[in-house]
Amino acid sequence: MALLSGGLSFLVTIATIGCIYGLLTLGLNVHYGYTGLLNFGHVAFFAAGAYTSAIVTMPPPSTVTNASYEIWFNLPMPFGFPVSLAAAAVVGGLLAFLIGLTSVRLGTHYLAIATFALAGVFSDVLVNEAWLTNGSFGMNSVPKPARAMLSADAWQLAYLGFAVATLAGTYLVLTRLMDAPFGRLLKGVRESEPAAKTLGKDANVVKLKSFVIGGMIAGLAGGIYAHYLGSVVTAQFVPHVTFTVWAAMLLGGAASNTGAVAGAFLVVAFEESTRFITTLYNWIQSVLPEVLSGILPALFGPLPNNPSFIPSMRFVVIGILFVLVVRYRPEGLFGDPAEIDALGEED
Amino acid sequence: MTGNSPTEDSPAGNGTDDSQDLLEVDGIVKSFGGLVAVDGVSFGVEEASITGLIGPNGAGKSTLFNCIGGVYQPDDGEIRLDGEPIQGRSPTEISRRGLGRTFQTPETFRGMTVRENMAFAAKNQTGERALGALLRPGTVREEEAAVQERVDETLDFLELDHLADDYASGLSGGQRKLLELGRVLMLDPEIILLDEPVAGVNPSLTDDLLARLRELNDRGRTILFIEHDMDVVMENCDRVVVMHNGQTLASGPPEIVQEDERVVEAYLGGYD
Repeated sequence: MALLSGGLSFLVTIATIGCIYGLLTLGLNVHYGYTGLLNFGHVAFFAAGAYTSAIVTMPPPSTVTNASYEIWFNLPMPFGFPVSLAAAAVVGGLLAFLIGLTSVRLGTHYLAIATFALAGVFSDVLVNEAWLTNGSFGMNSVPKPARAMLSADAWQLAYLGFAVATLAGTYLVLTRLMDAPFGRLLKGVRESEPAAKTLGKDANVVKLKSFVIGGMIAGLAGGIYAHYLGSVVTAQFVPHVTFTVWAAMLLGGAASNTGAVAGAFLVVAFEESTRFITTLYNWIQSVLPEVLSGILPALFGPLPNNPSFIPSMRFVVIGILFVLVVRYRPEGLFGDPAEIDALGEED
Repeated sequence: MTGNSPTEDSPAGNGTDDSQDLLEVDGIVKSFGGLVAVDGVSFGVEEASITGLIGPNGAGKSTLFNCIGGVYQPDDGEIRLDGEPIQGRSPTEISRRGLGRTFQTPETFRGMTVRENMAFAAKNQTGERALGALLRPGTVREEEAAVQERVDETLDFLELDHLADDYASGLSGGQRKLLELGRVLMLDPEIILLDEPVAGVNPSLTDDLLARLRELNDRGRTILFIEHDMDVVMENCDRVVVMHNGQTLASGPPEIVQEDERVVEAYLGGYD
């Protein structure tokens, strides 16, 4: 069977990454959209899940080059796969519990700083505790479940199917939760903690629960990510991931699960499309009449040939998206303007 | 130390037995840095009464409310609800013990509908626990139906029913006060504390709101409210507590308190 042709293969990759970011965004939406928690350390829960899946499924260090990790469980595929994902979700939730326990009672902006800092600390731990994480080399032999049974293309498609199913399942569970009185409880705490408390609800416990649920979903996303790429490296888990997820949630619309998923796919597609900028540039150059061909190089000069141009464009794209959404459509694509109106305001 | 010692020497002293009061405030002191906002206030609120708490601006009324509701920890003194000390406990726990309160500036859930605001306050909801919501949909549905029925009844009673599906952010100031009261009613508390329930409410709505309060009182609810408008207090309260400079100046039936010289001097503007 031939490899999926260029364009199709690219779409399958984007869709799979889109599902993973969809999960991350659903998790952050529980935190911010429903509970009003300014979590700027979301990538830490994602990383915790990815590393957990890697640690429970990596083969013995003796079979891997550059291995310095001392803990591995080598769970056999495919049956170890669900165990690995469950462990990823549990560890993501556990990390959220620990961070939440110390910081969830902080007011909104202080929580943002605390979570951002704690995510930074966690990232340093991942780099430095090489006995557990293999340090900056990363864990590069994470098994891809059922890969041996399928061709490369079939596996790509099957894994996409699995990612879609997981995303859909999580979406359904969350929708049920948020339509139930539980969702109302989260929203009330988001709107006014003093009122929630005087109405007999324990706001700190509610916030902690929300933090753990969102952390579990991000951890699950990490597990799916680890088994998809087959490799987990600290450089993947940078604050940029957190901000991409924020952009996705705001674009889709805070407090909307549909918006979270739609926003994630749009932002991932948007980001990935930046890699075509060079192609687009060359194409325009090739179709421009001879007399005009000097214009683009004069305007953009050496930029597109600079190796850091494309990666840095991603930051620009996300930044612009952030500003445009917040300025012109604060409720995003699927958010409710009346609900978002008061979100994030104090007093 | 008895709850009404500062009032015994006043002509308005009520002389009722403290042990029968639903809420007892006993020598409460609260200071912020060098400012003593509440300085040994004592009074009792009889069960099934409407009690008005009055006093000039800065007398410490709202601070006292926040001490009773658990927002502030009093520096000294005791607050008893149904004989049980509650001072220093969290607002959550005090609410669960049967004390419902509103705020001077309404704390409605602006990004939620009136209906959601009301239903939020219902107690013991299985669906408020994540696992309960996921695993016991039948129970959650039944409970929710009962909650929504009570929401409808209460909104009817407060004449807010036509706004049930509006967002609270779109309500007027007076409607927000009513919504806050409605939320407290959903709690079904033993005693309701209202901080200026009619301030900023237009006159026709004020009369409505006061009529609702009296109706609630007729149904046996105990109400303690802060109010500036003397007429409102005199016409609607069974008992009045007057605070001045963080202390109880007088307490008793409105017609007696009204005659108290110190009250007239401190609060009603002295002799012209």
